[in-house]
Amino acid sequence: MLNPDSVGRTFEGAGSVSVTQSEIDAFAAVIGEVDTSVAPPTFSIRISLEQSQSILSDPAIGLDWTRVVHGDQKFEIFTPIKAGDTFTCSSTIESYRVAAGNEIVTVRSDLKSGSTIALSSWSTLVVRA
Amino acid sequence: MVNLGGARMIEIGTAIPERIFTINRATLKAYADASGDQNPIHQNEEFALSVGLPNVIAHGMLTMALVGKFVTDWAGGSAKVKHFGARFTKPVIVPADTDVDLTVTATVAAVDENSITLELTATSAGIKVLGMAKAVVFT
Repeated sequence: MLNPDSVGRTFEGAGSVSVTQSEIDAFAAVIGEVDTSVAPPTFSIRISLEQSQSILSDPAIGLDWTRVVHGDQKFEIFTPIKAGDTFTCSSTIESYRVAAGNEIVTVRSDLKSGSTIALSSWSTLVVRA
Repeated sequence: MVNLGGARMIEIGTAIPERIFTINRATLKAYADASGDQNPIHQNEEFALSVGLPNVIAHGMLTMALVGKFVTDWAGGSAKVKHFGARFTKPVIVPADTDVDLTVTATVAAVDENSITLELTATSAGIKVLGMAKAVVFT
């Protein structure tokens, strides 16, 4: 079960993540996008899910990733992602509730370039009973 | 009303023509590699059945990426998207050696000074797979 003290807290990722052209090209190819000058709108999930899994893997937080199902997803894009961008990532546990024995956790991930947020995304994770 | 791209008049209720994407097991493998999501429910039928799924299912985020392609083609490129969200209501089921459809439509729900809100629908085999799917794009 999620530690109630985790709710509302922001956890900072260690280090930074750089985006390469070949990563954008591979993602774009799957959906048939030929213009890879900017990343497709959902490309950031590649960064944010991996980062939030790593950031929120501390047992003290209490999020059991082995039983997680993705419930919903939203993106707010302030600056489209391009090859060569470097981001730091933070994850915030915005809300938490239990329904029918399942834990429902909303995690916001911010990709930051310096102190400016380029993109925020929200993932609702359902931790199945 | 907004005149988008010189030719199309857009107003609330404007329907955007349907488009059909194809998903098969090769698409799932390519998406797994491109996204880093190697969860076996998206590639291994035996594993998918063992956790109670009817078959291998597509990544919800692959579905969303394809709907995103529908949006960006209409809006004029990936840089046009300001907001994009959806709920994963039902899985897209992908049997072996089969092409399944992802059928996408949209309606204009709001028109502002510099943005347009689209309400999107996505179905596969006639079943609605996304809920509350919405995108806001810059004009």
